[in-house]
Amino acid sequence: MSAEKFSNPVVRWIDHRLPVFSMLDHEKYDYPVPKNLNYFWNFGVLAGLALVIMIVTGIVLAMNYTAHVDHAFSSVERIMRDVNHGWLIRYIHMNTASFFFIVVYIHIFRGLYYGSYKAPRELLWMLGVVIFLLMMATAFMGYVLPWGQMSFWGATVITNLFSAIPFVGESIVTFLWGGFSVDNPTLNRFFSLHYLMPFVIAGVVVLHIIALHRFGSNNPIGIDAKGPQDTISFHPYYTIKDMVGVAMFLLLLAVAVFFFPNAMGHPDNYIPANPMQTPAHIVPEWYFLPFYAILRAVPDKLGGVLLMFAAIFVLFVLPWLDRSPVRSARFRPMFRIFFWLLFIDCIALGYLGGKPAEGVYVLLSRIATAWYFLHFLVILPMLSIFETTRPLPKSISEPVLATAKGAA
Amino acid sequence: MVKFLIASLVALATAAGLSAPALAAGSGTVKLQSGDWSFAGPFGYFDKGAMQRGFQVYREVCAGCHGMEYIAFRNLADLGYNEAEIKAIAAEYEVMDGPDDEGEMFMRPARPADLMPSPYRNDNEARANNNGALPPDLSLIAKARANGANYLYSLLLGYEEAPADVEVPEGMYYNSAYSGHLIAMPQPLYGDDVEYADGSPTTAEGIASDLTHFLMWAAEPKMEIRKRIGVAAVFFLSIFLVMSYLAKRRVWADLH
Repeated sequence: MSAEKFSNPVVRWIDHRLPVFSMLDHEKYDYPVPKNLNYFWNFGVLAGLALVIMIVTGIVLAMNYTAHVDHAFSSVERIMRDVNHGWLIRYIHMNTASFFFIVVYIHIFRGLYYGSYKAPRELLWMLGVVIFLLMMATAFMGYVLPWGQMSFWGATVITNLFSAIPFVGESIVTFLWGGFSVDNPTLNRFFSLHYLMPFVIAGVVVLHIIALHRFGSNNPIGIDAKGPQDTISFHPYYTIKDMVGVAMFLLLLAVAVFFFPNAMGHPDNYIPANPMQTPAHIVPEWYFLPFYAILRAVPDKLGGVLLMFAAIFVLFVLPWLDRSPVRSARFRPMFRIFFWLLFIDCIALGYLGGKPAEGVYVLLSRIATAWYFLHFLVILPMLSIFETTRPLPKSISEPVLATAKGAA
Repeated sequence: MVKFLIASLVALATAAGLSAPALAAGSGTVKLQSGDWSFAGPFGYFDKGAMQRGFQVYREVCAGCHGMEYIAFRNLADLGYNEAEIKAIAAEYEVMDGPDDEGEMFMRPARPADLMPSPYRNDNEARANNNGALPPDLSLIAKARANGANYLYSLLLGYEEAPADVEVPEGMYYNSAYSGHLIAMPQPLYGDDVEYADGSPTTAEGIASDLTHFLMWAAEPKMEIRKRIGVAAVFFLSIFLVMSYLAKRRVWADLH
């Protein structure tokens, strides 16, 4: 990349020695993007934005937070009452956490629908699953920090899961806690790790983007770009399209932060942690509910833990479970039906995870859990063999031109 | 579950019209009355008169058993009291200070910067004085219960004769709004429990409403400014959204 293209002499001088401007320029103008991406392709950028908001607000919160069992709750109240605009920073942090998961869940389902996990993007997909796992760990530890009732009991329930591991389980739990119960050492290490993990996520995001830029974005049709007629430059076309998504995201986030700041939280977390008193229903944050439902669907503790982790692990091997050469669900009539069934199944799991584990809810959780695994382990491999897919268009431009002619 | 539904609504990006944070799990037979709150809705505000009356009710009825550990006297400025009035209110309380030059702790009249003192030295003393039950701190109570304001209002007015099939143990009371219906707090309000300087009605409903107003403020003192900024933010972002969309259409126009 020659530096002559920059008119500013300072930029040219720097770029000759440190080609950052060439690199940005390359990503902005030379990186070809399929011309037919729909608004579901906004969600990667939105997830990145959510991560940045979380890191910035989190750093400010950490300046005012005290990681000690006697002071954590009151330091959060001090942020809410006495720190200038502390309430705003905390409500943004709280609600963006939920929005981060909403965005990432849509991002994942978009990948599932359009087959974005298929060759040659397997590693891109797997890095995404790694980010998702890191996000869950980070969010879980962050929820513990205010040291309310749900913080404490959520931490107790989730860390106790590891005691199900044969032989070494108890030792692992003691190691996680830094003692013999969830206490001050637990809070301190969770705070330390909660501060660290977002930067680990940012690192994996960089890898995710490097892997993305190797073959470029998938697209709604799921066929590769055949040449320059199928692609457009990222800037200005997708920068401006992403801005529309960003505006929508910020608008919905503002509605939540300013008018329903506690709607996605649990009222019990405004009660200080009390190890002597268990809440009536211990529920995790909403974004964990589908996995919580899977955990509780199994009567055996170890079995439940294994199944819960398997629910995520199955996503790692997804590129090898779905062997169909056709990526996009648009050309896979059967797959499309099962995709929506899986979507409903996940919503159902989320609903059931928020219900007490009794009566009909247990049975329904088991059915929904079974369906989840059936989808990935049986239905997808079967579909790869038996499904008759619809004919693919020859190129990305072709159907676009066809519809343009049809409309004219 | 409702919060999950709300979340999935947002997830589907269907609407900005979210429903209010609503009822929690628990026994389905709990019936809540809903008050007509000035602080509800996007333009909600705290009624200063109601808050001052509610504070009076707190002081004369609740404060014997319930503390408000996160509220300082200086915060009462939000209720419309001026500096001199706050100083006078604070001076009615004694707080422990020290150690002095001799190393002794001593009592002194409270100052605006002091937190409101709790009625008990610790939880054990509180339990010992209340049949083993611990009266919860009230600074966050309106946020620490689902549907907080309506719940508190209903609880304050929910004392009833127990149905024939319910046995109420010694030291417990029947309350239709309380989960499980058996509550250790005796009925606090009967009507005419306080005398208002401004002549507002002192029915049980009126008093409960004023107290709820005060407690909502205590739990969420920044609500007014939050909603005020929120209206501006939503207005700004709506225009930003429309402008971005129009800009996008224009940029993309040369492609087709």
